[in-house]
Amino acid sequence: MNVRLYVWQRLTAAVIAPLVLVHVVVIFYATRKGLSAADILARTRGSLTWASFYGVFVVAAAIHATIGVRNVLTEWSPLRDRGAGLLASGFGVLLFLLGARAVVAVVLP
Amino acid sequence: MSLWRGGEKGRYETYKVPLRENQTVLDVVTFVQRHLDPTLSYRFACRVGMCGSCAMTVNGRPRWTCRTHVSRVATRGQLEIGPLENLPVIKDLTTDMRPFFEKWQQAKGAFVPSQTRGDEIERIRPDSPARIAADAAIECINCAICYAACDTVRWNSDYLGPAALNRAWTLVNDVRDGATSERLQAVAASGGCHACHSHQSCQELCPQQLNPTASIAGLKRRTMWAYLKGEI
Repeated sequence: MNVRLYVWQRLTAAVIAPLVLVHVVVIFYATRKGLSAADILARTRGSLTWASFYGVFVVAAAIHATIGVRNVLTEWSPLRDRGAGLLASGFGVLLFLLGARAVVAVVLP
Repeated sequence: MSLWRGGEKGRYETYKVPLRENQTVLDVVTFVQRHLDPTLSYRFACRVGMCGSCAMTVNGRPRWTCRTHVSRVATRGQLEIGPLENLPVIKDLTTDMRPFFEKWQQAKGAFVPSQTRGDEIERIRPDSPARIAADAAIECINCAICYAACDTVRWNSDYLGPAALNRAWTLVNDVRDGATSERLQAVAASGGCHACHSHQSCQELCPQQLNPTASIAGLKRRTMWAYLKGEI
């Protein structure tokens, strides 16, 4: 890992940490209040707040995980920087697409 | 005791040595070479913990053999002594130290003077924060114990290792040095300080009680700010 990747990983971690807390609180709230899927969708659909909250979450998590997976690959597999970077980037794109699809599904009206 | 014999593909061989009072691990290795098998290869020089050349793996841990008493490390009267890990084995207990010293050079471990002998001698305040940071890390004697103990070195052959980065940290804090920017660039590249996972085996096992993990953490901070300011 070089300093550029280090800064990106730390920055995205700093973004993700509070978002995870809010996310967990939301899960507790939804389950304790017994909200149905329809109740949840009624709150999230068309909401710019939830769209940006989970949009930022997905982007930050995809970048953060890509750098982490790249590090794991360079240390634990025979792949070098370039090969590990390509494979991890592919994983990051997949992660982003899956996350973006989920966000779109709950926030689009 | 069992000693590693041969090169990379060697094996441990068993020897019986007399147990004596105040005996160091180096003493028993020397006993084997002088009385049991003169073909045994190992490295030592000062025998008093100053030169850093007698480091070996003793019962699974890298140690200075000259400063390790048998009574402190033997388990049920047995010792297993091998060459240092993470370095190529030349023969028996001797390793090829070249990768270790090449990484020192990669980390710009050599002092680069910023003045000439014609200049006034620079006054360095011993209580200045930079000098305190440099002094805390300066007593390294290049024994490579931290390098042999480091998991990241084991996993990532490009990683510069604790000793080289610790040395870079002392120079980054030396106001007389004139190559801070190049050095920060060298340690901020792939395989540099950011590869460290802070497992802290280096500071746990350093016979000089240095803390390379702290030095590396210092380099991480310095390089990060230098990068954000566009200096490297």
